[in-house]
Amino acid sequence: MTSILVPEVPAQGFSFENCQRNAFLAQKGFPAPTATKTGTTIVGIIYADGVILGADTRATENTVVSDKNCQKIHYLANNMYCCGAGTAADTEMTTQTVASQLELQRLHTGRTVPVETAATLLKRMLFRYQGYIGAALVLGGVDRTGPHIFCIYPHGSVDKLPYATMGSGSLAAMAVFESGWKPNMNEEEGKKLVRDAIAAGIFNDLGSGSNVDLCVIRNTGPAQYLRTYEEANVKGKKQGSYRYALGTTAVLKQRVIPLEVTSVNITASPQPMEVEPSYSRR
Amino acid sequence: MAASVVNAYSDPCIPEWMNAPHSTGTSIMACEFNGGVVIGADSRTTTGAYIANRVTDKLTRITDHIYCCRSGSAADTQAIADIVTYHLNFHKMELGEQPLVQTASAIFRELCYNYRDSLVAGILVAGWDKKSGGQIYSVPIGGMVQRQAVSIGGSGSTYVYGYVDANFKPNMSKEEAVKFVTNTLTLAMLRDGSSGGVVRLGVITEAGVERSVILGDQLPKFYEG
Repeated sequence: MTSILVPEVPAQGFSFENCQRNAFLAQKGFPAPTATKTGTTIVGIIYADGVILGADTRATENTVVSDKNCQKIHYLANNMYCCGAGTAADTEMTTQTVASQLELQRLHTGRTVPVETAATLLKRMLFRYQGYIGAALVLGGVDRTGPHIFCIYPHGSVDKLPYATMGSGSLAAMAVFESGWKPNMNEEEGKKLVRDAIAAGIFNDLGSGSNVDLCVIRNTGPAQYLRTYEEANVKGKKQGSYRYALGTTAVLKQRVIPLEVTSVNITASPQPMEVEPSYSRR
Repeated sequence: MAASVVNAYSDPCIPEWMNAPHSTGTSIMACEFNGGVVIGADSRTTTGAYIANRVTDKLTRITDHIYCCRSGSAADTQAIADIVTYHLNFHKMELGEQPLVQTASAIFRELCYNYRDSLVAGILVAGWDKKSGGQIYSVPIGGMVQRQAVSIGGSGSTYVYGYVDANFKPNMSKEEAVKFVTNTLTLAMLRDGSSGGVVRLGVITEAGVERSVILGDQLPKFYEG
């Protein structure tokens, strides 16, 4: 059947063949391992000259922090970036796939691709997989129609908003936005508000932590990716030293045990190499 | 409004975010009047107990003269609306004129019925065409279609069936119809926990659509106990 000349072509898409087995195992009290999820705070706002995206940098596997400084703001195109929450692998693959489609679209049309296009591609992909791709996204960017922020949910629904939050820290971050956001903020105010929103997630949500990443996309000029814009959890200096000074413990007695070591020296002398006769061919 | 793929709740293999999809626990309404139709909706989108969007627009354009009011799963209804928009656009180009509201409702029904096992979508299709004037077609969850002079939908609608029956009159003026829709939606939003926010309205006539918003503090006042 299968040979090198006629290789077996694997079926496309996800394989669900283990679902029944896994359900049985789970029923017997053996739960399936969980995927790395970015219990996350991600946000995006529109300000006077464009959009600002923000994210924390903690990745978790259940209660374990599996990465203390991961990147959650993904590149889509020069004029748009996308923050990802949910299953880390899914947000990464989804954004990479769409980034590649957007680049092809840009090359094909010779124009800057609109942010709406990216939102449509993402929502179609997520809807097709009926929520099984666990990617919750905040898409932000600028095009010839101005700045845009989109919220895209794992099931494929889209909200277009002037300010958006996502992930487990979205409630804390939204509280900051609801009290602090106003139209036409300048860049300084915008960055401060996004920092505050992410910091609210980092400090009040267990799933979020470590640093603040920002990405400023202006209507004019290229995007500015501010990796580690702020270290929200700087370790404090230790006030005292727990190291004992040399000689703290008194020496009560000393005993020396001599070790007897015998060694044999072997010197190698050069030996002539065995040369094969010229007619002997191998 | 509970909106999910049926039996996702009990399966232990399905992760927890699958059980709380994004849904529009909704109050939507459409009402015929003597020159067209008035459509209206609240603006709340919920994920479990969290309001994911408080300024949602559930009145979605299909063509210049046909709109739909969406209720149920946000993802499902957005996808359906996108597909119907595509089909009607194509149909309009072949036809060379504005499509009929009945045609739009037929496409909605086709999708909602064929995929009834995997969709959670309750849609009101409303619009104006030159054959039959203002019309409303209700496409509820199983994929039926029915023309109605006035129609309400979503979780909030259950609270106001009596109000609608008591107050609807055929051949109202535009102002009367707008007032009627605003009052009905306000009453529904006040009693339904998963509806709320602002009231979004659309008046569809031969001239096209006229959109408006009634903010929370400008809504009509009723008995508050």
